[in-house]
Amino acid sequence: MAKNDIVIQTKNLKKSFGTNHVLRGINLSVPRGTMLALLGPNGAGKTTTVRILSTLLKPDSGDVKVEGYSVTTNPDKVRSVIGLTGQSAAVDELLTGRENLIMMGRLYRLNSKSAKARSEELLNEFDLVKAASRPVKTYSGGMRRRLDLAVSLIATPPVIFLDEPTTGLDPRSRLVMWDIIRKLMDRGTTILLTTQYLEEADQLADNIVLIDGGKVIAEGSAKQLKSKLGKDRLVFSFKNLSTLNSAKTTLGSKVQTTDEENLSVTLLAKGDGSDVGEALKVLKDKKVPIASMDIHKPTLDDVFLSLTDKTKKTRSK
Amino acid sequence: MAVELVFENRSKVGAMIQDSLLMIKRSSTHIIRNTDQLLGAFFQPIMFLVLFASVFGGSIEKALPGGVSYINFLMAGIIVQTVAFGSTTTAIAVSTDLKKGIVDRFKSLPMSNLAVLNGHVISDIFRNAISTTVMIVSGFVIGFRPQADLIGWLQIIGILLLFTFAFSWLSAIIGVLAKSVEAVQWLTFVIIFPLTFASSAFTPTAGMGKYLKAFAENQPITQVVESIRALILGTPIGTYGWKAVAWSIGTLLVAIPLASYLFKTKTSN
Repeated sequence: MAKNDIVIQTKNLKKSFGTNHVLRGINLSVPRGTMLALLGPNGAGKTTTVRILSTLLKPDSGDVKVEGYSVTTNPDKVRSVIGLTGQSAAVDELLTGRENLIMMGRLYRLNSKSAKARSEELLNEFDLVKAASRPVKTYSGGMRRRLDLAVSLIATPPVIFLDEPTTGLDPRSRLVMWDIIRKLMDRGTTILLTTQYLEEADQLADNIVLIDGGKVIAEGSAKQLKSKLGKDRLVFSFKNLSTLNSAKTTLGSKVQTTDEENLSVTLLAKGDGSDVGEALKVLKDKKVPIASMDIHKPTLDDVFLSLTDKTKKTRSK
Repeated sequence: MAVELVFENRSKVGAMIQDSLLMIKRSSTHIIRNTDQLLGAFFQPIMFLVLFASVFGGSIEKALPGGVSYINFLMAGIIVQTVAFGSTTTAIAVSTDLKKGIVDRFKSLPMSNLAVLNGHVISDIFRNAISTTVMIVSGFVIGFRPQADLIGWLQIIGILLLFTFAFSWLSAIIGVLAKSVEAVQWLTFVIIFPLTFASSAFTPTAGMGKYLKAFAENQPITQVVESIRALILGTPIGTYGWKAVAWSIGTLLVAIPLASYLFKTKTSN
């Protein structure tokens, strides 16, 4: 088993379309039964990576393996262990939900009986029983995504690629998809998810790889990434400009930023909270009335924005 | 997992046949579900037949040899034209598949790529069979009286099958190469319309100019039309029969591998 512990692996993966270098040396490794979120803005190279991993595109260079099979020398083996869903996969609009599932099951080489039984099981699980006999073109966006995911699970492949599975869905459908994805993880499926939503990566993934401009710019668990930016932020708001200004003078150099529009000041706080009490005490002593106080934990947004900003700056140099 | 999954173990050829059957079933279901297209397959041939017979019939009939009625002359031509246009459905279907991303799904499955094209081409034959039948039946209503016996009809069916098969594969190439479904529509139109008109499909070549006549007499549509016409009228088929078959087989020998290769290497955007 030891050598199979890494299920999805890319080493120095590169891909260009003409002079457009979409992937500039991507290294990924996803251990069995875990989920990796590939997080990045549009055009970062997420979909290209998934398309290469699912044998739809050939890499220019680099070593790409799924379940130990190379995507370039053994694509058929790779295809038999993966399921692909999301923006680059699709279902047949004129066939019904049930017909789609059975057809795809048969194409995965399931026998007729298994394909039918498994289709019913998935229709149940994905709450599509009522719509099962209707052509897919009558489905809502959320139903279509659920069917799309169900189709990729028809042969219960051990590896699933989810390419932006919730892009364009309403919040409720997104939560439904998240539930379904969590169930998949509970069963030990190895998953690579791409997303532009930080919250999605934060909520679902064991590990996160941030990519931008075809390069990995940070990786680790959500917690590790957040701790990179580290500090909590302390925000005091005030009733009017004069109290804001007296607070500014009172707190002096501790003030990190001032926001005159929202009448607030932001301070960086240490983890132990000692400086929260200190700041409150100083303001109380000087009789500066505080309208409200907030403590902001660092979010992935902070990490993301600060890192993508940095790459933009270095690239424009 | 409640359901136990049993996988089939098939040889490469067996798997390809199985995949093709699944794709034929898919594309044929499209014929029935796509009501607009189905209506077209019914009414377009009737419209063409009635218009041509009534508009051109009076003038062209005088130019026909030996008292042949225009409807009996026209039938072969209009069947071939309908089948040629009908074959373009493959191009539209292939192009739509590529645009909608379902080809990505198929390509990520352990299935034969060629099966997708097989499905569209074979279902095109089914649709063309519907159109041709409708046309022959309505032909009888407005005075079509063929001389062909059973063997003659079998020959007609054989030549037509080969022809529609060949044209559908050509059309598959256009479907893979075209940048959009709209492009498919005008591309197939500018190829098929001149090809069927600059032939003996609707009028004898005798009245055409020198170069047009040379082209019309030697291009494939004329060979197919003339062999079917001879079989319908009960006149000698001459060299048209084998030339029609040779054109179709030659086209297939080039078009099948080319379409398959292009489809395999094409990645949708």
